[in-house]
Amino acid sequence: MTPVISIRGLTKTYASGFQALKNVNLEIHRGEIFALLGPNGAGKTTLIGVTCGLVNPSLGTVEAAGHDVVRDFRAARTKIGLVPQEISTDAFETVWATVNFSRGMFGKPRDAAYIEKVLRDLSLWDKRNAKIMTLSGGMKRRVMIAKALSHEPEILFLDEPSAGVDVELRHDMWQMVRKLRESGVTIILTTHYIEEAEEMADRIGIINHGEIVLVEEKTALMAKLGKKQLTLNLQAPLERIPDALSDYALELSADGGALTYTFDAQGEQTGIGAMLRRLNEHGIDFKSLQSSESSLEDIFVSLVKKKS
Amino acid sequence: MNTHAIRAIYRFEMARTFRTLTQSIASPVLSTSLYFVVFGAAIGSRIGAIDGVSYGAFIIPGLVMLSLLSESISNGSFGIYMPKFTGTIYELLSAPVSYREVIFGYVGAAASKSVMLGFLILLTARVFVHYEIAHPFWMLAFLALTSVTFSLFGFIIGIWADGFEKLQIVPLMIVTPLTFLGGSFYSISMLPPLWQKIALLNPVVYLISGFRWSFYGVSDVSVTLSIGMTAAFMLACVLAIRWVFKTGYRLKT
Repeated sequence: MTPVISIRGLTKTYASGFQALKNVNLEIHRGEIFALLGPNGAGKTTLIGVTCGLVNPSLGTVEAAGHDVVRDFRAARTKIGLVPQEISTDAFETVWATVNFSRGMFGKPRDAAYIEKVLRDLSLWDKRNAKIMTLSGGMKRRVMIAKALSHEPEILFLDEPSAGVDVELRHDMWQMVRKLRESGVTIILTTHYIEEAEEMADRIGIINHGEIVLVEEKTALMAKLGKKQLTLNLQAPLERIPDALSDYALELSADGGALTYTFDAQGEQTGIGAMLRRLNEHGIDFKSLQSSESSLEDIFVSLVKKKS
Repeated sequence: MNTHAIRAIYRFEMARTFRTLTQSIASPVLSTSLYFVVFGAAIGSRIGAIDGVSYGAFIIPGLVMLSLLSESISNGSFGIYMPKFTGTIYELLSAPVSYREVIFGYVGAAASKSVMLGFLILLTARVFVHYEIAHPFWMLAFLALTSVTFSLFGFIIGIWADGFEKLQIVPLMIVTPLTFLGGSFYSISMLPPLWQKIALLNPVVYLISGFRWSFYGVSDVSVTLSIGMTAAFMLACVLAIRWVFKTGYRLKT
């Protein structure tokens, strides 16, 4: 796949001396949904800022749709739409005026039919003549998305799109993002909500302390780093794990009433069958069993912890 | 050049003007009218003619300049300061535009507003004082040149300012004194010789002198020098804005 964004050796040192990005290399594939995960202050917004023209890079290059974002900024920026983290809109303008303004800013001739479609998709059509200051926070967020889509960008950046947004809007937004992806738009989103990345992303990048810790297909990541656990609730409590079972990674709960078996989700041979037979041989009976899978959140927390 | 962006910015800025009509047009017209009432109609008749022009008529070009300068600076600075203040500047920075679109859009709108205001003040002055315009073309040229130049200057102040106080300080503490001392109400030739020399360091002297010449054919300094000085200041402002958008000074981190 051809990268639609390629970031090479990107470093950003702020005037204060703070290094927000350290030699970042990253490629975003055309047409994918890429989720950039990281704790606060990890460098997510700086990375977006450099790509979109809000932040001057200290070192390194960024290309968007084949154009260097500094040298060839006009061509690059025409292809990019940005929804920043903070809600900042004009107050006295109408929704209709502000979205048309954005389209003009990005060098596109007026197209009332297209803007109507964008507003309808975002359930803003009824509000088109309302002044922005009269809208609720969620509606303002929709306006910002409409502005970012007004010039038919090929690449859309959503910086923390779910911050302060209710469940309904979040689901609307996910649906819209999927629709955009189907139409060929590449979407890069940053998020705190792991659930969001898990739900939406094709690939996931984890950034921490200005460094890309890992980039992986979501499914591969979950398979590789995800753990599965099988918990057996015992008929009669045990005092300790019998020696015969010591070659299995078993853990006994404090009250001795439950055994937990952790295994690699990826492995073909999980050994569950053999272990259960062994339990049976030793007369350990169980009432019930349940299995659980680690979520992306667990993976993320363990990765970020390991690095810091 | 991204002409759609220029149109979008220009339209946006003009809409802002018409939304705040009282503040942006009516109040400067009113305050200038007060000057005409006091200096032109009331005490002006007791003051002798200067260079053969009645005092009431003599002060018109200077008063128009007074409003033009302060309004151009205020229009130019607010246009860019407000997006910075509210955060909507992100869109301008991420859009495929450079200093050229920004100047034509923001400064063009601010200057249009100033030219409109200049005409309104001249019309209002007509109610109080009789005057004639000897060189209408040059009058228009000076009006436009001054509006553009000081809108550019205001735009730079708007970028530089990081608070409302700074936004006001240059117009109030520097431009207003320079305008009052620049010959709005008197001819530089009325000053003692030493002060005449010092006055020539004041750029506003050249504006007012040239503008007054276009009305009455008399001036304190040569007209060519007036135009030259204004054009030089304009060029300096354009270069400054170009530098700002190249480096991201006060706009990008």
